[in-house]
Amino acid sequence: MFYSQAVNIALEEELTRDPDVFILGEDIGIYGGAFGVTKGLYEKFGPQRIRETPISENSFTGMAVGAAMLGLRPVVEIMFMDFLALALDQLLNSAGKIHYMYNGQLKVPMVLRTPGGAKGGYGPSHSQMLSSMLLGIPGLKIVAPSTPRQVKGILKSAIRDDNPVVVIENKRLYPQQGEVPEGEYLLPLDKAEVLSPGTDMSILTYSAMTPLCLAVKEAVRELGWDPEIVDLVSLQPLDRESIFKSVRKTGRVLIVEEACLTGGIGAEVSALIAEHCLDALEAPVMRLGAADVPIPSSLALEKYVLPQIEDIVKAVQQLREY
Amino acid sequence: MEFPEQTLLDCYARMCLIRAFEEKLAELFSQGLLGGTSHFCIGQEACAVGVITAAREDDWLISNHRGHGHLLARGLELQKVMSELLGRSDGYCGGRGGSQHLSAPEKFFLGTNGITGGGLPIATGAALALQYRGSTQVAIVFFGDGASNQGTFHESLNMASLWKLPVLYVCENNRYGMSNPVEKACAGGRVSARAQAYCLPADTADGSDVEAVAQAASKALEQVRSGAGPFLLELLTYRHCGHSKNDPRIYRSKTEEQQMWERDCLRITRDKLLRRGIPDSRLEQLKTQAAEQVQAAAQQSLQAPFSSREETLAGVFA
Repeated sequence: MFYSQAVNIALEEELTRDPDVFILGEDIGIYGGAFGVTKGLYEKFGPQRIRETPISENSFTGMAVGAAMLGLRPVVEIMFMDFLALALDQLLNSAGKIHYMYNGQLKVPMVLRTPGGAKGGYGPSHSQMLSSMLLGIPGLKIVAPSTPRQVKGILKSAIRDDNPVVVIENKRLYPQQGEVPEGEYLLPLDKAEVLSPGTDMSILTYSAMTPLCLAVKEAVRELGWDPEIVDLVSLQPLDRESIFKSVRKTGRVLIVEEACLTGGIGAEVSALIAEHCLDALEAPVMRLGAADVPIPSSLALEKYVLPQIEDIVKAVQQLREY
Repeated sequence: MEFPEQTLLDCYARMCLIRAFEEKLAELFSQGLLGGTSHFCIGQEACAVGVITAAREDDWLISNHRGHGHLLARGLELQKVMSELLGRSDGYCGGRGGSQHLSAPEKFFLGTNGITGGGLPIATGAALALQYRGSTQVAIVFFGDGASNQGTFHESLNMASLWKLPVLYVCENNRYGMSNPVEKACAGGRVSARAQAYCLPADTADGSDVEAVAQAASKALEQVRSGAGPFLLELLTYRHCGHSKNDPRIYRSKTEEQQMWERDCLRITRDKLLRRGIPDSRLEQLKTQAAEQVQAAAQQSLQAPFSSREETLAGVFA
């Protein structure tokens, strides 16, 4: 099953299970969403529950907050993660703060789904992975599932969670295929997952960089290298226990992400490792991320900004030989 | 609309309470007992009292940074509001929210909001939830002329109109967005005129006349409750005080301020009651009672403890 289908099925199952769940966003009706993720839901659930909005990200995100405060469970779709900038006020000042600042009197059980990342050719305003931008906002849970199986289990859990959850999808992941358990399948929102155990080093990654890292593992196998691929999945909170466990096992760490290197998730993870696992490290922590450059439109140029398989292989080699 | 005598007296008492509350806050500020900032609604009390008197007790209220009038008009407990502003643990939000982030769901008060225009989509979403559940309740959101220049105002009115949501937008046009006069900030000058662009019915009322406010709000609420969709009510009012504490008010003349005091909503209501034959002594008594209530609340709140560090660091997530 495709990743996009897994999202669709998770939504369909939750819409069927709980009449308080509804979706709102742009072009999610007959059109089926910009990436076809909500295809067929409008026909099945109608305009009240598949609420097509005008192009008004800040206000329909704020409306989701208001509806959630009164007990509904809205799922907002922001078409491209870059557009999150338009909805940031309501996410930052309302969704994330309301439960705390109103002293627990109200909850905001909403989900905001959005595809981040570059797919080739979308250019500066439609390609960025803004995961780290959300990290300093208390009150938000942030997840970035990388496989069809994960996204089904994570999205269903996110919809049932009583807090605002940002689910970062990825345009490059939508056409990826994988096994997905049928029916009721829930995953915790705060756990990393070791996707491929190994012994030489820990490659910590998330979202669309995960399949790249898994491919690197295959590529370096013939050299006799055996990295452990840890998918962070949850970016807020970070699953410290799983991260530290892997680091202590391998003693070498490479962090790979699609967000800008500066101030990235990798920066936070590196700091945690330095604070808690310095004694276990046999080499400095290495990081790969996007160059601190807007994502150019041209396919020929995009690859200079984002980590490529060759970059990861090179980093693995360096880390191995340190 | 002419209120029955008792209703008008109740409104006057409520307005006196709001005025006395904020006068007490000013005193606490000057004594260094109240921190941060606070936005007073002195001069605008009739807007809050008029609209909320016309509303049902279970209509959801959404307010803004200038919300003391709305809180007290809805009948929140005076002492718990005072404690919240003084940051104490027995306040509505345990001191976490303060003036601009105060919620009391049991009173159908969804919350005050510190971002100008931030409450508009929240109210619109609350209205969506009410419609979704087939409720006859209405969401009522208060905002200022300044907020009508935010994108959220236009986006919210557009969506509410498209979907016929049960929401009453109440603009308290007090002539200034902080220091910026409405003529310099709002093209066209009238906030209510903007409703036309989104096919909303709109009305304008004298925000210094509590009966006029209530009459306009009743009419608007009836229409909204009937399922006709949202309504924009603009109340023309004035804040006699500055935007927040320490505002020297150099952007307007003393003459203007003096003229506006002549049209003060408490004074207008008092004159109405006198004309109806209520003795001056009774009105004085209501004012004194309000001051005493506020004084007692402040004294009690100042004795209340603060939340602990442990409490403060907990409860980010539900």
